[in-house]
Amino acid sequence: MVNAFTQSLFVFHAACSPCNNCDIEILDMLAPRHDVERFGIQLVGSPRHADVLLVSGAVNKKVVHRIKRLYEQTAKPCFVIAVGGCACSEILFRDSYNTCGPLDTILPVDMYIPGCPPKPEAMIAGIVKLMEKLKGKKK
Amino acid sequence: MEKINILTTLVQYLVFPGFLFLAVAGLFVSWADRKLAARMQWRVGPPLLQSWYDIRKLFKKELIIPEGGNTLAFICAPVIALLSIIYAGANLIMILFMQGQIFPGDLFVFLYLLSIPSVCMMLGASASANPYAALGASREMKLILSYELPLLISIIVAALKAHVMSLGLIIQFQMEHLPAIASLSGVLAVAVSMVCIQAKMGMAPFDVSEAETELAGGLFVEYSGPLLAVWKLVKMIAMIVFPLFLVLIFWAGGSLSLVVLKCAGIILIAIIARILSPRVRIDHALTFFWRKVTPWAILALLLAIIGI
Repeated sequence: MVNAFTQSLFVFHAACSPCNNCDIEILDMLAPRHDVERFGIQLVGSPRHADVLLVSGAVNKKVVHRIKRLYEQTAKPCFVIAVGGCACSEILFRDSYNTCGPLDTILPVDMYIPGCPPKPEAMIAGIVKLMEKLKGKKK
Repeated sequence: MEKINILTTLVQYLVFPGFLFLAVAGLFVSWADRKLAARMQWRVGPPLLQSWYDIRKLFKKELIIPEGGNTLAFICAPVIALLSIIYAGANLIMILFMQGQIFPGDLFVFLYLLSIPSVCMMLGASASANPYAALGASREMKLILSYELPLLISIIVAALKAHVMSLGLIIQFQMEHLPAIASLSGVLAVAVSMVCIQAKMGMAPFDVSEAETELAGGLFVEYSGPLLAVWKLVKMIAMIVFPLFLVLIFWAGGSLSLVVLKCAGIILIAIIARILSPRVRIDHALTFFWRKVTPWAILALLLAIIGI
């Protein structure tokens, strides 16, 4: 059942109060140069279509309810990837007055891609690792 | 005897030339579409079975039914759309093989059958209680209003040339005499109807009702899992059925491979137009069809009446 997801992944880009750097890198990853369509990865506009939520940014009080709601709206099974240092560990925003903890305290995170911002190559490597993890789950 | 008849009909609609054949052909055409787009953008593009992988995965996903919407219409719309496009496609291919008349006036039945998917898209989107879907539905309605008239006029041109209103007889006439495209009015009508089916298939520059980037999927924003897969199948099959319809009406005749080649040519032009063009605004699409396309269709009709 999980094997179906290793050949086709629809990605939804959820920006949760990022500085936009990770988002630019995400767009770079989806652009023709890296051509992730050859692995079956496609950007979709609606969380109902998505298999993967790419979450970037340090989640703050304004956006935390929205990202929870977004996760609930996504058709299951879906996977959450924390893109960038902020989503993984909040780095320098750790003790800020308005952030709500790293992403894994809010949603079940399947994959961490650290970096400030992570390179497109790092993201592709991360998604490939996620696919391998899914394949391993099947056995 | 009765039993065998029922069995052959079932096989005709489920296997060949019905659901299975059309679905496989649709998956192939949609792969060709994506691969061609990739090659034109200097990319590698998806593997041959990519569309099948997508459909297979969607059937394993959760199906979410929106709470505030109309559940019955939400579920029925994609199923009815799929059934009608398969019925139309299967019958078109059977006419191609048998070259006879099904019943007088079947041309209109096909026209109605081929507009059911768009109507179902509107119905399903309106039943999903989502503002984006509602916007998509209203745009789809305006698109239908804009392209149906020129398409109808250009099909009347072909019917006028053959002096019959039945698809089977139109094909027969073209086999015995010249095809409709072999005249000035025929060429005009083919050009007009190719623009119209581009909008009917929901391909760029007329993909305003789906508009992934501004309406987040538009008509299909609330669809997930198996029902989204059904919608994708409808769109893929439409990419075969509409070109085949045009070929049969305007340029029938020749061997089977020639018909396939003509279909492939129309699909290729549609795909290249899709890749090369950005999305138009809905008001631009409306004025384009009403002010630019419809006059050409009427001119074709007038030329056909005086016999050019």
